Amino acid sequence: MEEFLRLIIGKYNYWIYITLMMIGLYAMIAKNNLVKKIVGMNIFQTAIILFYISTGVKKGATIPIIEHSHDAAHQAVRAADYINPLPHVLMLTAIVVSVATLGVALAVAIKVYHRYLTLEEDEILKQIREP
Amino acid sequence: MIWQLDLLILTLVVFCGIGAIMIRDLLGAAILFGAYSFMMCLLWTIMGAVDVAFTEASVGAGVSTVFFVAAVYHTTRRTKD
Amino acid sequence: MKTLGLIIVVLVGAVLVYATVDFPPFGDPASPASLHVSPRYIEKTVEETAVPNAVTSVLADYRGFDTMFETTVIFSAGVACFLLLRVSRRRPPASRQYRHRLTGLTFRVKDGREISLPLRDFEPLDSIWTPHDFIIEKVCRYLIPFIQLFGLYVIAHGHESPGGGFQGGVILGASIILLSVSHNLRTALQRMGEKASALFSPFGVLIYAGTGALCLVLGYNFLDYQALAALLPGGPIMARSHGIFLVEVGVGMAVMGTMVWIFKNLASLGRYDEGL
Repeated sequence: MEEFLRLIIGKYNYWIYITLMMIGLYAMIAKNNLVKKIVGMNIFQTAIILFYISTGVKKGATIPIIEHSHDAAHQAVRAADYINPLPHVLMLTAIVVSVATLGVALAVAIKVYHRYLTLEEDEILKQIREP
Repeated sequence: MIWQLDLLILTLVVFCGIGAIMIRDLLGAAILFGAYSFMMCLLWTIMGAVDVAFTEASVGAGVSTVFFVAAVYHTTRRTKD
Repeated sequence: MKTLGLIIVVLVGAVLVYATVDFPPFGDPASPASLHVSPRYIEKTVEETAVPNAVTSVLADYRGFDTMFETTVIFSAGVACFLLLRVSRRRPPASRQYRHRLTGLTFRVKDGREISLPLRDFEPLDSIWTPHDFIIEKVCRYLIPFIQLFGLYVIAHGHESPGGGFQGGVILGASIILLSVSHNLRTALQRMGEKASALFSPFGVLIYAGTGALCLVLGYNFLDYQALAALLPGGPIMARSHGIFLVEVGVGMAVMGTMVWIFKNLASLGRYDEGL
């Protein structure tokens, strides 16, 4: 029992990220509206980014900006005192790229709307099959 | 990291995510997605990823909501699911 | 489709939850991700680059190639949006609307007719009429310079505090977008035209790649900013700090240009006459 509780306390963050990923994936697969699909894609992206950031967390550490770096009292830096900056760097660029791809996705959705006058997937497919 | 705050914001994030894909109005979905992004930004601040939180606050809650609103403005708010 | 989707999603979720059993506990300082290369970045960043913010130094110096191509991806997304939406031919509208500046009255002018009064007293309106809101216009007008100043501060101060080219660029772009949302697209285009926003993004990429090429010309590796010590004061360590700054300026310009460019294409459907 105690071991099970420790498992929950140690892992509940990961499980909530997986819930978010499932929400995003469900929206991408099952939703009928194109803009809803794009929202789902963004939720999926942010859930993955959240997972990557959480791998860099260290208990008892501070943000990755070195303290007293320009003072005379500057001492040797201990890596365990600072959160891992590497996932932050990779995900920071991923967020900005995600907004750029969001722009392209919305442009395609607008084009589709002006061609078929609807954003619903089944209505678009019906119009393609019966011209 | 304060785990009570962490758990509270994680719950809010999940509710905002579910709301953004369940609501039957695309403008509402865009606004709820902005709220989701902002909660995400708070979560990253709690985890100590300040640069990422800053980026998400300006990109996710700011610019991408405007993009969604611009797209919905030129298409339609109607959605079946 | 809905039940099938739900089954797939639950299966994927179950597999992922099963995989978390092998993960290190949340916040473990000895997790594998924090052991190999990142301690070196944290310990050496001040010593080697004189930049206290480890994220900035890793972003622009240790992993400069990565960021350069991310900037290129952003630029190509802007180009893709432009190619998808921009239309070159303009259809003149059947009628145009004007507001008299002093009285606030609105007029509809049919095609081919002209207003006989002096045109500077009138301002053109969008075809989908939006109410004229004095408070929003004036508040945004006074807020935007400060937002832009803050954006420049974020780019320049990214070495010491959270921030950098990506964040500052997005803030600068958002200030122009705010101008367009609070006034109209025409006002935003007067401040920053289509050509300006379309030139900002490749120019930013050019600054980034040009900094790397300059290092190459000076006899070092591509994006090895120590080479800039021959041109800038302060020795090789400060040269790396200055090189990071140059690169951040390039990133900021590229991101700002692309954000504004994508917004203008989306908001006006590529017609650049009126919009959100």
